[in-house]
Amino acid sequence: MSHSISDAKPAAAGAPAATRLASRRLPRWSPLAIAVGAIVVGVAIGAGFGLKSHLQWGLIALILFVGGSYAITAQVEGRRQAKDRVATSLIWASFILAVIPLYSLVQTTISKGVKVLDGTFLTHSMNNVLTIEPGGGVYHAIIGTLEQVAIATVIAAPIGILTAVYLVEYGRGTLAKWVTFFVDVMTGVPSIVAGLFILSLWFVALGKAPASGFAGSLALAILMLPVVVRSTEEMLKLVPNELREASLALGVPKWRTITKVVIPTALGGITTGVMLAIARIAGESAPIALLVFGSNMINTNPFSGPQSSLPYYIYQQYGNGNDPSYARAWGAALVLIAFVMILNLVARGIARWKAPKR
Amino acid sequence: MAKRIDVSGLSAFYGTHRAIDDISMTVEPRSVTAFIGPSGCGKSTFLRTLNRMHEVTPGGRVEGKVMLDDENLYGSSVDPVTVRRTVGMVFQRPNPFPTMSIYDNVAAGLRLNGVRKKGELDSIVEKSLKGANLWNEVKDRLNKPGSGLSGGQQQRLCIARAIAVEPQVLLMDEPCSALDPISTLAIEDLIGELKTRFTIVIVTHNMQQAARVSDRTAFFNLAGVGQPGKLIEIDDTERIFSNPSVQATEDYISGRFG
Repeated sequence: MSHSISDAKPAAAGAPAATRLASRRLPRWSPLAIAVGAIVVGVAIGAGFGLKSHLQWGLIALILFVGGSYAITAQVEGRRQAKDRVATSLIWASFILAVIPLYSLVQTTISKGVKVLDGTFLTHSMNNVLTIEPGGGVYHAIIGTLEQVAIATVIAAPIGILTAVYLVEYGRGTLAKWVTFFVDVMTGVPSIVAGLFILSLWFVALGKAPASGFAGSLALAILMLPVVVRSTEEMLKLVPNELREASLALGVPKWRTITKVVIPTALGGITTGVMLAIARIAGESAPIALLVFGSNMINTNPFSGPQSSLPYYIYQQYGNGNDPSYARAWGAALVLIAFVMILNLVARGIARWKAPKR
Repeated sequence: MAKRIDVSGLSAFYGTHRAIDDISMTVEPRSVTAFIGPSGCGKSTFLRTLNRMHEVTPGGRVEGKVMLDDENLYGSSVDPVTVRRTVGMVFQRPNPFPTMSIYDNVAAGLRLNGVRKKGELDSIVEKSLKGANLWNEVKDRLNKPGSGLSGGQQQRLCIARAIAVEPQVLLMDEPCSALDPISTLAIEDLIGELKTRFTIVIVTHNMQQAARVSDRTAFFNLAGVGQPGKLIEIDDTERIFSNPSVQATEDYISGRFG
């Protein structure tokens, strides 16, 4: 008993100090000030020691910033707040590190791509254009990409969505496990392997080389399928079970519950998933090189004759190895990025429009 | 309209676990029957066996007979979808369809079952919303999403949705447990009106509510954790709350449980 009494005394003595809620705080501008200080010192060290790489200057400034803010905050505010600031700084640093390449990529593509991007570039093919001369365009490649991606989507999206519906709504036991396993395996199939698979299938079935946009679409569909299945599956799982039960309890058959309640509720997410899958396959060049062969001419028929596509066009132009071709490659890259970006914006628009109303 | 439910020797399982054991009771038409009992005693499971919703749960299985007038719900040639059209259900948490407007929510059961005519739908939607005492609050915003209503209004919307398909029986699984006292009163008044047309079964944890709204009360209990729930007794509500024939019932309703 005496033990506990002697323990209680220091606690009682310390109590008044502990009841203070306010403590010393750094002013709001302090992170900025520390950052400016760190950069100044970092530049000074870099210049003083004659370090050539500006990356090194930046890294020194970053380390100084993180260390400095920890030290200063620990002095003024305490260790917990100091750790908080270090974590915040690291997250911001990672964010900036991630954004720099993205910014650089977009900026380079736009600045180099706009040079050739004009009406002629978008409406003309490379037919009868010498690769060493400026001129020509991506019209045939745009047509190829649009058609191949559209056919691949028409094949893969329904199969993928139905597979996901099976897995979430019906799948029990062994078959569902195997389907999930093979979807996982398919996620890891490299695009060139998908292309080779269709190539050999084509040879076995028809006895000749494919050379059509449709063959490319089949390979793209293989690449697209697992992405659609996975994203749709996740979206369907997010639909509350209560909604299914509410519908079933109204005497609605299960298939109607799925088509009228479950899928509409998840439609925004499903659309986004399909659009992201399209964006993924729109950038594939390997299956196109294997199966569609590439062409400089406009071929609007995806079922017969070689076609081109934007990524294949970029690869082809870059391979030419001269300045007008490089310029065309950058232009096509810009068109491809714009295409994917527009798709993403459309997907977000649909997702917002179809999202459950609040 | 309303039908009598006659349950005999009913047991329900989750996989191999027996959740309720050998329950027999009669639910009178055009009356309110309340189920009370501690959590986990199988009230809700039993309720869900009355419209074959129990088997929607993975592993859910039922043994025994549920007679709706002269038909066994678990007869071999009975389609569960038809059963659920005849025996409607309102859930514990209000669950309006989030993609649908107030109008579409009420019309959902009819539309999904093939009623298409606009005039017919209009009149049924109005009648159901009036039946659920919600019409005056929503008649000017029938095209707004149902999820924008308050919790009590949402629950009445769900009741309107359930009665729009004109079921014979209405099952309610703790319909007021997520609501404030004023919304609860609104729903209880509604139950009083609905019992003139439907057979109503309500699960509740609120003893006062059971005493207020029900004509007959069934008390469920379980011997211990992992044991199946059993029906202890069913009697007129007045008798259950004044002079129950089993000691356990009296202990439970007077708070001397366990």
